[in-house]
Amino acid sequence: MAVLVINNNRCNLCGQCIMVCPFKAISRQNDKIEIDAGCKMCKICLKNCPEKAIGLIDERRTTVNKEEWRGILVFVEHLAGNIHPVTIELIGKARELADAVRHPVYCLFMGHGISQQTQKLLRYPVDRVFVYEDQELAYFRVDTYANIFEDCLRKVKPSIVLVGATSVGRSLAPRVAARFRTGLTADCTTLEIRANTDLVQIRPAFGGNIMAQIITPDARPQFATVRYKVMTPAQQLTIPRGSIENCSVSPDKLKSELILRQVVMKEELPGISEAEVLVAAGRGVREQKDLALLEELATLLGGQLAATRPLVEMGWVHYTRQIGLSGRTVKPKLIITCGVSGAVQFSAGMNASECIVAINQDRNAPILAQAHYGVVGDLYEVIPLLLEKIKGVRETNAL
Amino acid sequence: MFQLKIIVCIKQVPATSSVEIDPTTGVLKREGVESKMNPYDLYALETALRLKEKTEGSITTVTMGPPQAQSVIEESFILGADQGYLFSDRKFAGSDVLATAYTLSQGIGLLGEFDLIVCGKQTTDGDTAQVGPELAEFLGIPHVTWVREITEVTADKIVVKQDLGNSYAILELPYPSLLTVEKDIFQPRLPSYRRKLLTAGQQVKVFTFSDFIDHNEQKYGLNGSATQVERIFPPLTKQDQTCWEEPAPVVAEKIYELIKDRNFI
Repeated sequence: MAVLVINNNRCNLCGQCIMVCPFKAISRQNDKIEIDAGCKMCKICLKNCPEKAIGLIDERRTTVNKEEWRGILVFVEHLAGNIHPVTIELIGKARELADAVRHPVYCLFMGHGISQQTQKLLRYPVDRVFVYEDQELAYFRVDTYANIFEDCLRKVKPSIVLVGATSVGRSLAPRVAARFRTGLTADCTTLEIRANTDLVQIRPAFGGNIMAQIITPDARPQFATVRYKVMTPAQQLTIPRGSIENCSVSPDKLKSELILRQVVMKEELPGISEAEVLVAAGRGVREQKDLALLEELATLLGGQLAATRPLVEMGWVHYTRQIGLSGRTVKPKLIITCGVSGAVQFSAGMNASECIVAINQDRNAPILAQAHYGVVGDLYEVIPLLLEKIKGVRETNAL
Repeated sequence: MFQLKIIVCIKQVPATSSVEIDPTTGVLKREGVESKMNPYDLYALETALRLKEKTEGSITTVTMGPPQAQSVIEESFILGADQGYLFSDRKFAGSDVLATAYTLSQGIGLLGEFDLIVCGKQTTDGDTAQVGPELAEFLGIPHVTWVREITEVTADKIVVKQDLGNSYAILELPYPSLLTVEKDIFQPRLPSYRRKLLTAGQQVKVFTFSDFIDHNEQKYGLNGSATQVERIFPPLTKQDQTCWEEPAPVVAEKIYELIKDRNFI
C-alpha cells in the first residue's frame, strides 16, 4: 500500500505541510501531525517538508508482462449495421500508434446481418476484423455486448483498446474495463504511444479547464474512450490487406437481463456535429430576432447556426445546437463565432475546428486568444457588411 | 404496494470548475475553493425522491471522500434521504475510477439488499461518467446510462428511456440494477427549511477500510488504481494567430477573402 508516513523523530511541528496541502488533509493533533482521508497522494507535503520528515512507503502492485499483450483493438460502433464515423477515426489513430511499435490493428464488430459492413471495414488499414454475428447482438445492450467484448479480449489479448467516447462507448467501456480490473481513460483528445507500449492519454478535466496526462503503467489492456471528431479519419486503402475472423460464443453469453422494447430514432434535426461550417451565436447577440442575421450567413456558407449555452437556456436556440461541454463537440472546417466570449466550456467543444474566426467587441475576450483569426469589432456592423459582400458577388456572378 | 429500496451515489466536488494550476509545482490550486454536492447528483437524488414518493420506498445516500464529505450526505437528508453513509479512509487516497468503483461496491455490499442504485451522469471535476457503470459491474447488476425518462415502475421492473445521441432506447430492467440519469430528468427540489431543522443532528454513518469484507489493500486507493496521472497542464491556446482590429468594412472584406480563399463560397 502506498502511503505517506510522518517520521515523528524528525518532525519539528513547523506546520509547513498543513499549509501546503491543497486538500486540507493534514492537521496537528496534540503533538503529532496527522494525515486524514482527504489525502489524494499528491505528495506536495513530502516535497515541501523542510525537515524531510515525510516519507512515502510504496509497495507497487504486481506488474503484467506487457509482451503478452499485442495489438490495438478498435470497437466498431454501429446502429443497425450503420458504422459510426468515430470508428474510422479510431482506426486512423490505432494505425498510427500501432505502426510506432509494430503492432497489428484489430477491429471488434458485433451485430446482426453485418457481413456487408464488414467488407467496408477492410477498406481501411486494419489487419484483422473479429466478427460476432447473432440476432441477440443486433442492437446495443450493455450486458451482452460486454460479454462478447470480454470473450474477444481474452482471445486476442490486445495491448490497447479504443472505444468511441459516444453514448454507447461510454456506457460499455467502463463495464468491460472493470471486468479486466484495468484502467480506462475517458474522453481522450490526444493519444501517443511509448516504446514500452504504454499509451499516453491526454484528456480535459474540470470542465476543460485542465488537461490531464494519464498512463496505465501496470495493467493491460489499456482502455481509452476517444472523443468523436478529434482524430483524423483513416484513409482508405487501394488494396485491402486485412482478414475477417468469424467468432462464435456460447448462448449463455448472449442472454441479457435487459429487455430492449424499442429503438426510437430522434427526429432528423440537422446535427451541428456533422456540419462543415458553423456560425456560432453568443451573448453578444442582443435579441432573438437578430439570430436571423447569423442564420443567413450560415445558410450562405452552406453551414448551420450553433449557439452557446446561455442562448439555449433563454430558449432562443434548440439545445441540439449548443456547442460545449454540456452540448456538442464540433470540428467543422470553419466556425465563425459572433459575440461569443469564449468560456472554456464552450471552447472545449470547438477548439479542434480547422479554422476559427471570432468576432467580439472586447479585445480581452478569451475567444480572441483561441481563434485563428480574431476580429475586434461589432458583429452588428461586420456581419451585415459581410452578407452584403457575399450576396453582391453572387448576384454579379449570376449576371 | 411495493417498496423500492434505493441507493443514491453522490460526490463532493469543488464549487467551481474554474481551477488554476500552480505554474511552479504543476499541481491544482485548491486553496479557498469551496465544496458542494456534484450538481448532476441532484438529478439522481430527485429521481430517487420521485420513485420513493411513488412506491413508499426508502433512500440511502452514499459517498466516498474525506471526513468533510459528510456535508453532502447531510445535504441529502435535507432534500429527503432517509439515511446516509460516508466511506472514508486514508487507504482510499488517490483512487482512480477503478478503485473508486470498487470501494463503493464494497461499502454498498454492507448495506444489505437494495432494488435500485441511481447515479448522476458524471461529476463536474473528473467528468468521466465511468464510476456508475464500473460500480454496476463490480456488483454484478445491469446498468443503463443517460436515462432521460422513467416510463414505468412496477414491483418487478423499471422501464427507462435512454438517450443514445441519435436515438433513444426504451429498456426494461429487473431489480437490482443501476441507472445514471441525465440532467433535467426531473427538476430538483429546493432544500426545505423545515426539513433542515428536522434532520439537524441526523447521523452520517461512516465505514472505513476495516469495515469492508475485502481486505486486500492492493484493490484500494493509489495501489488499486490502474491509471496514473503523470501531469496536469493548462489547455494550450492557438498558435499562428491573426488579429484584425480595423474598421468594420475592412474587416468584413478580410473575412470575405478568407472564406473565399478556403472555398466556402
